[in-house]
Amino acid sequence: MSGAEFVPLSLTPILIGIFTAVACALPGNFLVLRKQALIGDAISHVVLPGIVVAFLVTGTVAAWPMMVGAAVAAVVAVVLIEAIRRLGRIETGAAMGVVFTSMFAGGVLLLERSDTSTVHLDVEHALMGNLESLIWLDADGWHSLLDPVALAGLPPELPRIFVTMVAVAVLIWVFWRPLKISTFDEGFAQGVGIRTGALGMALVIVSAVAAVAAFDAVGSIIVIAMFICPPAAARLMTNRLEMQVAWSVVFAVISAVLGYVFAGYGPLWFGGVNAVSAAGMIATTSGVILLVTVLFGPCRSRTGAPSEG
Amino acid sequence: MTHLELATDDGHTLRQSTVETSPLAIRGLTVSYGEKPAVFSVDATFRDGSMTAIIGPNGAGKSTLLKAALGVIRPLSGTVTVYGKPLAGQRQRIAYVPQRASVDWDFPTRVVDVVLMGLYRQLGLLGRAGATHRAKALACLERVGMADFANRQIGQLSGGQQQRVFLARALAQDADLYLLDEPFAGVDAATEKAIIDVLKTLKAEGKTVVAVHHDLATVAEYFDRVFLINVRKVAEGPVGEAFNAENLQKAYGGRLAMAQIENLQLTAG
Repeated sequence: MSGAEFVPLSLTPILIGIFTAVACALPGNFLVLRKQALIGDAISHVVLPGIVVAFLVTGTVAAWPMMVGAAVAAVVAVVLIEAIRRLGRIETGAAMGVVFTSMFAGGVLLLERSDTSTVHLDVEHALMGNLESLIWLDADGWHSLLDPVALAGLPPELPRIFVTMVAVAVLIWVFWRPLKISTFDEGFAQGVGIRTGALGMALVIVSAVAAVAAFDAVGSIIVIAMFICPPAAARLMTNRLEMQVAWSVVFAVISAVLGYVFAGYGPLWFGGVNAVSAAGMIATTSGVILLVTVLFGPCRSRTGAPSEG
Repeated sequence: MTHLELATDDGHTLRQSTVETSPLAIRGLTVSYGEKPAVFSVDATFRDGSMTAIIGPNGAGKSTLLKAALGVIRPLSGTVTVYGKPLAGQRQRIAYVPQRASVDWDFPTRVVDVVLMGLYRQLGLLGRAGATHRAKALACLERVGMADFANRQIGQLSGGQQQRVFLARALAQDADLYLLDEPFAGVDAATEKAIIDVLKTLKAEGKTVVAVHHDLATVAEYFDRVFLINVRKVAEGPVGEAFNAENLQKAYGGRLAMAQIENLQLTAG
């Protein structure tokens, strides 16, 4: 494929896919180790009603109202989960299950009942996004990367998810040590003065921001997959947290690139005529990577089960 | 109250132990996990340079008392002072060894990295662990006989080895007060010996050791003071006085048969 074709049509979706995957995989490492992996799932479900309400209020699908609506919905969900957990005296998982399914259902219902036929806002879009449509028509080759006029026509999702990814990476780098200590041993972390409650909440908020930014570009399926699959696969490759995070980034990038290519060309190789959803294929690819590491990863035996000495 | 206690003391510690000088003084501590209190209105004054065993039946609030003292659990009421000052500014003087079973040992990290966690307050948020920090961590592992395991994944350790790594992490904290939650639970005899040797060295260095302890048979051998608790405080004092049949019966109730108490060959009571 020549640059003249690749740059406008495929470069931006691939980059957005990569940035999204990395932005979600980074906090996903800690969520998986803290056994909170489904928080990504919960967030990506609960933002739907937020987005619909934001649309009903503002009447547009502009990015900022959507993001604000999603953020408000995420906060409402966190508060509801905590309230149900405390008042109902049930475990967090059950409270999350109740909150995110009912909020997602509420979102679907709202979507059905409201007139969103004129805009691109539907359940399918919420789930799978539309990565393939994020093309860069102002570009006509590699040299456009240096052309300010062409750069101005970049899809806005690209800089937004890029900034999100960088912010997530910087936060995790800065708070690496307290995050690592409190993820391993919360009691000890509190003993040395780490505010583990605030840190845990911050991790969930960072994950929510990544999920919302990703949701806007690529839908919720990819978010759920990227929070869990690359970190889980990475855990099976190494016994060191630093290396695990590095592997998770590698797997996230591979999933995004291969997933996009498979979605665009895979069906043609097998005699099909239409490409399949890139977001769906990226999520599938990350799942296949996880499967391969489960079967062949060097650190897949669980050694840390409590044993008597 | 302090004066009364001094009058009945064994006299080998002449230092006054008041709230002002005690490494850990707890007043009116009540902690509840639901409607029923786990710890009710407990006062405790741990002596400087002593080794105290916190004993009591299961569910008596022993771990809860330690956790509340560390601010890990928020109490309903009560105050905690560390060397006469509020806990918040004194954290660098406390080392804490949680129960070994409270963490997931499958966590992806090496033995030496766990010990380096003990240097958190020293390193801060962004300080890099350099050669001196690593040397320090290795020296702490050496003290518990685990230097050869520095680069092992923690999940590959036996229970006793895990407990020693936790103790090494506490040593790295360079504290004055060591709080240990059941350090001898489920460890082998060699580890028990290694741990008690380290704790006795700490005491000899003038540090204060407070440990939740389960094995009544070793209380007199390992510790010089006891704190008996069963939700409420039962007794507090030197092993020779407070660790007696009457107090044990009060703390354990019917759960500890008189015959067993007699087998402990108590020195007093």
